[in-house]
Amino acid sequence: MTDVNVKMDALAGVDPNALPLQVKNLQVEFRTRNGIAHAVNGVSFDLRAGETRAILGESGCGKSVTAQAIMGILDSPPGFVTGGEILYRGVDLLKLPESERRKVRANRIAMIFQDALSALNPVFTVGFQLAELFRKHRGMSRQDSKARAIELLDLVKIPAAKQRVNDYPHQFSGGMRQRVMIAMALALDPEVLIADEPTTALDVTVQAQIMALLAELQQERNMGLVLITHDMGVVADVADRISVMYAGRVIEEAGVDEIYASPAHPYTKGLLESIPRLDLKGQELSAIKGLPPALTNIPPGCAFNPRCRYAQEVCRKDPAPTLFQVSPSRTAACHFWKEVKGDE
Amino acid sequence: MGRYVIRRLLQFIPTVLGTMFLLHYITSLAIQFSGNPVRALFGDRTPPPALLEAITERLGYGDPCLDQRGNPCFGLFLDRLQNIFFHFDFGINLRQRDVTDLVADALPFTLKLLVIAIVFEAVVGIAAGVLAGLRGGSFTDYLVKISTVFVISVPIFVLGVVVREFVGVKFGNVLRGQEWIPDVISVGVFAPVFKQEYPLASLIIPGMVLGAVSLATTARLTRTSIMENIRADYVRTARAKGLTNKRVIGVHTLRNSLIPVITFLGVDIGAAMAGAVVTETIFNVPGIGRLVTFSARTGESSVVVGVVTMLVLVVLLANLLVDILYAVLDPRIRYE
Repeated sequence: MTDVNVKMDALAGVDPNALPLQVKNLQVEFRTRNGIAHAVNGVSFDLRAGETRAILGESGCGKSVTAQAIMGILDSPPGFVTGGEILYRGVDLLKLPESERRKVRANRIAMIFQDALSALNPVFTVGFQLAELFRKHRGMSRQDSKARAIELLDLVKIPAAKQRVNDYPHQFSGGMRQRVMIAMALALDPEVLIADEPTTALDVTVQAQIMALLAELQQERNMGLVLITHDMGVVADVADRISVMYAGRVIEEAGVDEIYASPAHPYTKGLLESIPRLDLKGQELSAIKGLPPALTNIPPGCAFNPRCRYAQEVCRKDPAPTLFQVSPSRTAACHFWKEVKGDE
Repeated sequence: MGRYVIRRLLQFIPTVLGTMFLLHYITSLAIQFSGNPVRALFGDRTPPPALLEAITERLGYGDPCLDQRGNPCFGLFLDRLQNIFFHFDFGINLRQRDVTDLVADALPFTLKLLVIAIVFEAVVGIAAGVLAGLRGGSFTDYLVKISTVFVISVPIFVLGVVVREFVGVKFGNVLRGQEWIPDVISVGVFAPVFKQEYPLASLIIPGMVLGAVSLATTARLTRTSIMENIRADYVRTARAKGLTNKRVIGVHTLRNSLIPVITFLGVDIGAAMAGAVVTETIFNVPGIGRLVTFSARTGESSVVVGVVTMLVLVVLLANLLVDILYAVLDPRIRYE
């Protein structure tokens, strides 16, 4: 295919040997009438080519905001990136002018959203929405781009792609819509794919199919995947590394096996204990007591301290615990990580 | 779709017949209470009874039911229906001109007026609404909000008279005093009333007055709709696709936002017809509205019934057209 990259402008300063995505100390706040909500407070992670990084956390912990900040699609105002760096192969995206930043989207870093029905435009055919990428980014003709749209629908295993390309989103089932979303994200061969809860709106069997499809396409293209989810089961299946977030911070970072074997942060531990288990049938489900803090009013010290059974005086005072090196390959932001880990 | 259109067309029948009967009854009542309209032809003079009777008979006002207050004159109504639907004969006015001729003379003016009004309100209204909606809380937003409230709260007959007085007379006089301004503008566009020499130019200001109130509503509707859609998930997707802001707004947001606006504009064609009656009278435009006003005043029931029936048909067709357009704009809507 000779047409690929015809119109793709080179991004100045790209180092092909640098990591496809590096987030360093990212900070995002929302300036609302009720005060400033600190949605993301110093999130850092790396993503290698072909790697799957799960970002795990409950609703409102800043996962999606992190993703939107990386894409540069925060609703602004009220959302503002106030600090940190987002590096794509060594280039800080936050320093790029909007016109350059736009070319990174979909071309290098693409995103899949949670609810495919509302994320697809209801008044245009899926073919139009797919072809648009080729027309606007690659300068292809309507006819060629439509042919490419059909190829893409084939790629994500939509039956009778040739006919369905003229259908509207509401004529597809939930799983099919998410496949269209995936096709749209992969259209321009990005190096990084951010999937924001891609299976939350789907039922379990369809979830498995979509995750399998994602894994397959990721492997084919050696693409980095940032998987944002609150589903521990999905994470265990596909992730290589995990960042657990709480109140806008990464509180634990580790390989997937390490974290499941011995969590080093009380919050991660609580999450793992709250997974229903067949062998504990009949017993009360263990849950983390309390609610996550309002982002306009994060408690001093460790944000998790009001809900933590390990909490001591030191946890209630600023500064919040930094990430301690638990092992060469993992970190946790807890003063008592040794106890948490050894407590097994 | 075809079946839907046919069903809608069939629904026109009771609507049109109902309207016609209502108009027939109202005009008949007017004659029953205020007397033979033919006497108006003679002004102050008292006509010889034989002549009066002959003319009355000839113009179709001789039926005895027109002397009985409250009588709905069904016989007369059936005759009228028969003439209209089987002979395409809408009757004649007091001066014995065919109603169809009168309408043919007046209709072009009203159509031009309506087109100017609708284009004005659609273009300016949508543009103002988009500008305000994209930046909620900005200066433009407040400007649009305040000016629209102002326009909405002034009735059209007040607005019309004020505009005629200040723009047409006062400001127009200033312009007409300047040698270098071409006549099309000073005499035509800024004429206080319709000018036969400038049939299009002198309709611009009446058209804008007619469109003004709906323009305000259009702007507010577009504003709300844009504000709602700009935060929609699919707009975020469009941004994530690396599209230009122009395309995100102009294609992905606008198409969705315009669905309620189009509905309003469709309904508004009917309202604009009603507004035309007022505007045409104020600016002395020889259109349908003025024709109806004068005919109602002189009690020429055939003209009123004929013209208004045609107007009803136009409104019904416009509404049908909008409903069809609605399905084109929003593929989720299907008619069967």
